[in-house]
Amino acid sequence: MSDQLIFGMEVFLNGLMAGVLYALVALGFVLIYKASGIFNYAQGVMALFSALTLVGIMEGQIPFAHVINAIFGTEIHHFGWHVPGILAIALTMVVMVVLAVCVQKFLFRHLVGQEPIILFMATIGLAYFLEGVGDLMWGSEIKKLDVGLPQGINLVIDEVTAGWFGYGFFIDNLDIVATVIAALLVAALVIFAQYTKQGRAMRAVADDHQAALSVGISLNFIWVMVWSVAGFVALVAGIMWGTKSGVQFSLSLIALKALPVLMLGGFTSIPGAIVGGLIIGVGEKLFEFAIGPLVGGATENWFAYVLALIFLVFRPQGLFGEKIIERV
Amino acid sequence: MKLKLATLALGATMAAAPAMADLVFPSLSYRTGPFAAGGIPFADGYADYFTLLNERDGGIGGELTQVPECETAYNTEKGVECYEATKDSGALIYQPLSTGITYQLIPKVTADGIPLHTMGYGRTSAKNGKVFSHVFNYPANYWDGASAGVNHFLEKSGGSLEGKKITLLHFNGAYGREPIPTLEALSEKHGFDFNAIPIDYPGQEQKSQWLQIRRERPDFVLFWGWGVMNQVAIQEAANIRFDMENFMGIWWSGSENDVKPAGDGANGYKALQFHNVGNDYPVFDDIQKYVVDSGKAAGAGDQIGTVLYNRGVYAAFLAAEAAKQAQKANGTSAINAAMMRDAMESLEINAEIMTAAGLPNFGPEFNVTCTNHGGEGMAAVAQWDAGAASWSLISDFAPADASVVGPLIDADSAAYAAENNIEMGCN
Amino acid sequence: MFYREAGDFKTSYAEDNQTFPIKFDRYRYYAVMFAAFAVVPFLINDYWVNAIFLPFLIYSIAAIGLNILVGYCGQVSLGTGGFMAVGAYACYKLMTSFPEVSIFFHVILAGGVTALVCILFGLPSLRIKGFYLAVATLAAQFFLVWLFNRVPWFYNYSASGQINSPERTVFGIAVTGPHTSAWATYLFCLVFLTACALIGRNLTRGMVGRKWMAIRDMDIAAEIIGVNPLKAKISAFGVSGFFVGISGALLFAVYLGAAEAGDSFGINKSFLVLFMIIIGGLGSIFGSFAGAAFLVLLPVLLKNVLVGVLGWPTDMAAHLEFIIVGGLIITFLILEPHGLAQLWRVAKEKLRLWPFPH
Repeated sequence: MSDQLIFGMEVFLNGLMAGVLYALVALGFVLIYKASGIFNYAQGVMALFSALTLVGIMEGQIPFAHVINAIFGTEIHHFGWHVPGILAIALTMVVMVVLAVCVQKFLFRHLVGQEPIILFMATIGLAYFLEGVGDLMWGSEIKKLDVGLPQGINLVIDEVTAGWFGYGFFIDNLDIVATVIAALLVAALVIFAQYTKQGRAMRAVADDHQAALSVGISLNFIWVMVWSVAGFVALVAGIMWGTKSGVQFSLSLIALKALPVLMLGGFTSIPGAIVGGLIIGVGEKLFEFAIGPLVGGATENWFAYVLALIFLVFRPQGLFGEKIIERV
Repeated sequence: MKLKLATLALGATMAAAPAMADLVFPSLSYRTGPFAAGGIPFADGYADYFTLLNERDGGIGGELTQVPECETAYNTEKGVECYEATKDSGALIYQPLSTGITYQLIPKVTADGIPLHTMGYGRTSAKNGKVFSHVFNYPANYWDGASAGVNHFLEKSGGSLEGKKITLLHFNGAYGREPIPTLEALSEKHGFDFNAIPIDYPGQEQKSQWLQIRRERPDFVLFWGWGVMNQVAIQEAANIRFDMENFMGIWWSGSENDVKPAGDGANGYKALQFHNVGNDYPVFDDIQKYVVDSGKAAGAGDQIGTVLYNRGVYAAFLAAEAAKQAQKANGTSAINAAMMRDAMESLEINAEIMTAAGLPNFGPEFNVTCTNHGGEGMAAVAQWDAGAASWSLISDFAPADASVVGPLIDADSAAYAAENNIEMGCN
Repeated sequence: MFYREAGDFKTSYAEDNQTFPIKFDRYRYYAVMFAAFAVVPFLINDYWVNAIFLPFLIYSIAAIGLNILVGYCGQVSLGTGGFMAVGAYACYKLMTSFPEVSIFFHVILAGGVTALVCILFGLPSLRIKGFYLAVATLAAQFFLVWLFNRVPWFYNYSASGQINSPERTVFGIAVTGPHTSAWATYLFCLVFLTACALIGRNLTRGMVGRKWMAIRDMDIAAEIIGVNPLKAKISAFGVSGFFVGISGALLFAVYLGAAEAGDSFGINKSFLVLFMIIIGGLGSIFGSFAGAAFLVLLPVLLKNVLVGVLGWPTDMAAHLEFIIVGGLIITFLILEPHGLAQLWRVAKEKLRLWPFPH
């Protein structure tokens, strides 16, 4: 087998893994869009916020220590204890649920029935707000997030493929873990949506708000729930990306990686987010591998969008989106 | 209508400008935004050194110093606003710690007659004082860095790079592209293969780049990154088990923030430095005593001795020394920006001065002249020891290859002069 | 009391069709114009120009451009930053290639170039709608920035890839480069803003604007009543691109003086201009001004109050600024989803009836 083909296969596999991470972020968007028609730009910031909170809790940081010190002249910063990972994740989840309740209570309850662009803007406002609060609460220095996920080259795959092709493939352990977790997460979401009462209610709301309301489903509750689930997805994404690159401001920019995935898969489809993620991941990595060197590299930022754009021209609602029916 | 109302509202707030009497060293810092992790320790070091001078010596030559801070968030427009807001307060020198803001400020400071010091960043060809009368980039610039890196590789491979392969992994922007011309010239001179791999901002995802490095197996990798890009690159290098001995970052990719997230994997990673590392200097004891313990520190006081804090202290030290020499040359303690510029142009930093300031052997010795605003381009190599969690210099400060860097600087500055109709000075 | 049409008789079609048919409105407009052209230039200094007036004028042009596309034609675009970059780089290439031609024409030509690029990226809008289109315009944003970073021709092969605006003059007075005076740059941008606002206002009042609005409200219905969606959408993209390109050219040449695609024209710029028109009011020229003023002034004001007056640490102030801006956006949307322009409209309605509201 030629070298290029072997390299291409390695790139392909890595692209699939990267795609899973993109899909993870995109999932949060889809959940909220489906249930409430809100295009939640704040999803990336939610991932950052949850990761910051997680690290803060694990390290026993005192929230708003910086502000308290500045106002009262004290010198506090840590409680002095370390919280184990699992407990910290649970506590962070509580924070995300509280956040979901607040978002619903103070923001979207007042915006029911507005145009989508207004709702979109509101989430941008929310993103700004959360960014400021997150930094003010936990400080803006880089934090290392370690919940015990493995990282680094997977030696088994390296050796096996070296035996096959004479060139060991590089697959990151973290990516493998992320893939497994993402698969579990999707399975859990599907089971939740199909087999639980709340899940069915959620699907009913997604189909038709008014019909759902008329059979006695509390929209308010469903929306809080959806934002909580999206918060959970954000937390998982935050853990994955935070382990990879440390927890800091740029984590919020992963939202930009998820947008082409959404376009491709359709805003309303969970399988779409997964398939879209995989296509984008593989597509951009292969393009960078094959064409990148010819045009000077760093194509990944725009290629995903152009790829999605080309798909859209042929299928304006995305691969799995609901067909847009227009009537006058 | 709207404008007039705004004018009234703002007029009231603008009245609170700093007093004119002190020596003003504005700090265009960034404690927020994507590069905050790098901006905070630098700004702390910069402010703390001047606080130390005030507390311990009563300022510089009897004049108290003042460091008004303005937050730029690494954003060029906010940088311009900060510059305009502070320049009339008697600002003596600007150090924006951002290549983007530097480019905005070069024409502005030249017109306003305020010196701009871009230590190890900014426009490399500003070294040519004949064209850039108010811009200084001593003690070292990017092209010196590229040359110093290649020199180190040259030494490692026994004096010849013939047939070796050097890859530059860089931020896909002005800052990251700066070293490319130098490295191309050097590759011709030394006969190594050179290729550049760009990483787009913010650089959280570098799988493609590192798979490419893994495939092509370059002998050495030079790295020009800033912000989150640094941590990810070092992590990925550790992941593919690239030999850290052969992986070297520029000084902006060599702080504790960058290597710590990768843990033991980062052991042996190298980075260039134009000043010394560690906290074993008398000045830090003084800062602890006079500044941190008395609660006057700009930050939490826990950054002392880290690379970027040291760099902030070094930047402040160079500015303070220039101010001192300006006071001496003009026989007055109340200096202005023009005197400051003249003093910077004849600045001389030697062992004696560094020792007197409590920073013995902290940086290279160098002289600034009218034609050479960049010193001798001395840089050293530092290496990270993950076990001890500390950087240490593994080489002396050595000059860059002036025969390669010099002509490039002349060509680039001449092009700038032609484009902007600047007459050559220093005759 | 003052603000009413009673007694304000029109005797010709021209009078009836003028931009500001109500007398009080018209005088107010003349007063603002007089102040902007003849009073402000004598009062401003470097700080005022660079921190407030230039960004306000330039972003107003961009906001008018984007408002035509989003507010009037309903095509959501997140590619504004990229299109401003086109204007900036086109202006740079023109400035350095034809130094003898006045900068005034360079800026206009830069707008023209941007219009063409904008039309090109607007073509998919015929098939892609709503948020899908918004995200698709991001392709333009990222691709254009990458292109300007990548192709050395755009930045004249300089070592760093930065572009610097050389000194250019209008009637012998420098408007770009380091040796400009505050009033000159201010007036230069003001002239462009005035022209753009007039063109924008009159386009949106006329047949073209009505077509755009028909497309915005429901494109299929518009098609049925005989509006050609191709022409309407393409013209909206073109006009919008023209204004956005001018603002990009001014931002680079007059305001910043140096720029780099990724740094100065990133995705944040796209969002910033979009915020402006949403806070100001979609589908309103006045809203574009109000939004730009709001988002240019607010951070400067907050910074000066928090740091300058209250003496807070700069980082806390910056974080708080985020919280306040975010909070204000949310509050605004909840209280008045149609922006500052709607508040203004409501105020005018109240004024018309005052002091006898019933």
